[in-house]
Amino acid sequence: MRDAKKEGTSLKKGGEESTTYEICNRCLIIRLQEELDHHNAIQIREKADKFIDRNNIKHIIFDFSGASFMDSAGIGVVMGRYKKVIFIGGKTAVANVNSTVDRIFKLSGLYKIIEKYDTVEGALNKIQKA
Amino acid sequence: MNDQNEMLLEFESKSQNESFARTVVAAFAAQLDPTIEELADIKTAVSEAVTNSIIHGYADTKGIIKMHCVISGNEILVEIIDDGFGIEDVEKAMEPLYTTRPELERSGMGFSFMEAFMDELEVESNVGMGTTIKMKKRVGKQDISSN
Repeated sequence: MRDAKKEGTSLKKGGEESTTYEICNRCLIIRLQEELDHHNAIQIREKADKFIDRNNIKHIIFDFSGASFMDSAGIGVVMGRYKKVIFIGGKTAVANVNSTVDRIFKLSGLYKIIEKYDTVEGALNKIQKA
Repeated sequence: MNDQNEMLLEFESKSQNESFARTVVAAFAAQLDPTIEELADIKTAVSEAVTNSIIHGYADTKGIIKMHCVISGNEILVEIIDDGFGIEDVEKAMEPLYTTRPELERSGMGFSFMEAFMDELEVESNVGMGTTIKMKKRVGKQDISSN
């Protein structure tokens, strides 16, 4: 294998939810710790929406440093959360996106409505100043 | 010279098998010496096809999904086969952003991604009979001339 080894192909433990959620002012930071596919999307969506509804959340940042893979289900998750906060003038951002995930976002056209930042801190600074 | 290899995998239509199918196809495709990008393409396409079988083909009921892969030369053929409900209107299903399950936040991009990430895509489906997705990808295209 040329350079594919680095990608890692480890099997996940079934049903283990390790994504964490953090609130900073009215911004929800979702730190993904698993591949963002249909299987994981269901739990992430439910948990994120509970945080959004209960904590008067305005902005959302997805931290992809722990998510090396995403398919169209991930697009659904990000777009769904975007739709929840856009009506109150909230912003949705992604940070620490690797090249694999970046290609999915580019292809989907989602960068037209969400913002990409190198780091979560960078995203927080920009969003909260706005 | 023309190396050929084949494998067949059967698994239950459970969502945790989406990552299992991705891992298996990546491990099988590894013998083609793919780049990270090529491997990600194949994994994404398989993820989309298997997810479709689970939530549309079997509509979250129990069923068996088959993944059949053939490597010949520098090309990999991946077939995702289910015996589920089938697709009424394949053309419509393949339209970008079209989804029958918006309540699941399906983005309607599954087939678009399969088309974008693989070189060839073929969909055979009959209502009540199931669906077969055939996808081909040539890996390491830059080496074709030296073959």
